[in-house]
Amino acid sequence: MPLIVTDLAVARGGVPVLTGVTLRLDPGQALILRGPNGSGKTTLLRTLAGLQPPLSGTIAGAEDRIAYAAHSDGLKSMLSVAENLIFWARVFGRREIDAAVQAFDLHDLRNRLAGTLSAGQKRRLGLARLLVTGRPVWMLDEPTVSLDTGAVALFADAVRAHLAQGGAALIATHIELGLDAAMLDVTPFRATHDTRAGASDEAFL
Amino acid sequence: MNALLIRDLTLAFRAGGGFGLGLAFFLIVTVLVPFSVGPQEALLSTIAPGVLWLGALLACLLSLDRLLALDFEDGTLDLLATAPLPLEAALSVKALAHWITTGLPLVLAAPVLGVLLNLGGDGYAWLVGSLALGTPALSVIGTFGAALTVGIKRGGLLMSLLVLPLYVPTLIFGAEAARRGATGLDPTTPLLMLAGITAGVIALMPFASAAVLRVNLR
Amino acid sequence: MSLWQYANPVKFLSLSERLLPVLWVGAALCLAAGLIWGFFGTPDDYRQGSTVKIIYLHVPSALMAINAWFMMLVASIIWLVRRHHVSALAAKAAAPVGVVMTLIALVTGAIWGQPMWGTWWAWDPRLTSFLILFLFYLGYVALWEAIEDPDTAADLTSVLCLVGSVFAVLSRYAVNFWNQGLHQGASLSLDKEKNVADVFYQPLLLAIAGFVLLFLALVLYRTGTEIRIRRARALRAREVRT
Repeated sequence: MPLIVTDLAVARGGVPVLTGVTLRLDPGQALILRGPNGSGKTTLLRTLAGLQPPLSGTIAGAEDRIAYAAHSDGLKSMLSVAENLIFWARVFGRREIDAAVQAFDLHDLRNRLAGTLSAGQKRRLGLARLLVTGRPVWMLDEPTVSLDTGAVALFADAVRAHLAQGGAALIATHIELGLDAAMLDVTPFRATHDTRAGASDEAFL
Repeated sequence: MNALLIRDLTLAFRAGGGFGLGLAFFLIVTVLVPFSVGPQEALLSTIAPGVLWLGALLACLLSLDRLLALDFEDGTLDLLATAPLPLEAALSVKALAHWITTGLPLVLAAPVLGVLLNLGGDGYAWLVGSLALGTPALSVIGTFGAALTVGIKRGGLLMSLLVLPLYVPTLIFGAEAARRGATGLDPTTPLLMLAGITAGVIALMPFASAAVLRVNLR
Repeated sequence: MSLWQYANPVKFLSLSERLLPVLWVGAALCLAAGLIWGFFGTPDDYRQGSTVKIIYLHVPSALMAINAWFMMLVASIIWLVRRHHVSALAAKAAAPVGVVMTLIALVTGAIWGQPMWGTWWAWDPRLTSFLILFLFYLGYVALWEAIEDPDTAADLTSVLCLVGSVFAVLSRYAVNFWNQGLHQGASLSLDKEKNVADVFYQPLLLAIAGFVLLFLALVLYRTGTEIRIRRARALRAREVRT
């Protein structure tokens, strides 16, 4: 089941940032989002993940299929690595965390409290959370922040394995992951003077 | 749902979780009351039900700003909002966890503090009963206040301003039941009203809480 | 032609600009006539003496304190259901007016209560309910002030207004119950309207009409201000992005 986005307009703080976004993400595909800071990548991902309503347009095939990961990972510093993963697995109705621990090389850290991890280790734990959700479509916002080269390679492998199993991924990132993925630059979709009809303030003009 | 409950309880009991703070606050407020109104036993036993109810209410209020703020800061709420669990259920579970870690200890400690305030002999059962019936409502209403103010930096004071008026009916019926119990009057009517309020807010309030939390997350 | 066309801010502004002079003049005339007639044209009450004349401020302001909240409730529901910005802004504009009305009702009540009951304040159910209403108003206004994004603020305050209305009604009943619980059988009714003689009644009606018109004028005026603030914000946003 592909993710199909048609003529989507998204807003941040009532001001449209992207309009007319149309994209299609088939199972087994990855799509890299590019665009300068503030161009609306995060807003687009949050809208697709269902965290905020779109101004207009349609999103098909996203309902209950998305695993979202942003700058903050929802980790509790007073829980161990394994406890954090088990919690998120159970929230998504699953129990298995071994594959995730394996994929992000967290075995030696299993019983460490998340609060004692380094920034990069925390990030690996946050990304491992994606695997335990069992959701087919990953929405990742700058997933490689504070990862070293080795960890980036682990992450790229995890994405490849996910795609090979029929999953899909939409990734906003600036670094080269070495994935066989299409590229989507959001700059052409940036809202302009004429395309801001849905703005919440526009009614006042 | 169990996973969320277990996690919230684990976090509360581990160091830094703030478990016991509400209880300590309740104790201190109760101890301060005789210092402020004088040590006359007759006066203390008259005001004991009201003071204990007010102390429990304030202790409950004190712990509310941790209820959602921590989960908001570390992104847990964003991720919960995309999880299969409806936000209404997640917030109900969080209110339950708040009650178990804050309300329930207050209910259990109240008789002990009642001794300090010379609570009348018949009053203990009704005090515990009214607190046990009423404190869940305080947690559920408090969750709504926490959800309203979760996006606001240093929203604690604002939350008190919003939540305290909502606590009025619960406080009136709860304290009235405890007071009638302590003075030998029949507390059935206020207890039934209190039970009605608790049942009503447990059934309906999570929808309002989830609605405002969704607004705050977007 | 439908009423909803005035949900458009521009149309609303042009309508309110035409209505406002009429409302201001009407409010001034009604208030002046009602208050002057009330204060100088009516005899002293045989029991209460001249203190009864504060009724011309007390009753209308108390009425408007409740009606302002009710208007905010309706406006909040309209915003939540139909997403008309003007509706949310009208609710925002009405709140401080409601605060002042509640305050006037409380203060005039205290001034009246002092010679009548020998106390500035009694925990009578009616007085207590107004105090609670005042707290609800304060929370509502504070929430509007605390949130930067206007649409988020409108959503959150609307839900608060809905929930608050339910709890305000609950509190009203709880307070009635609580007070009877305190002093059995003692009832101190403030409800003068039923036993007000005609000679007091007619100027009172004029004063009430004046307060209603004054409330409408203030709300329209303040809503217009809020709309212009949003308009300026929208223009600035457009400026920045082009």
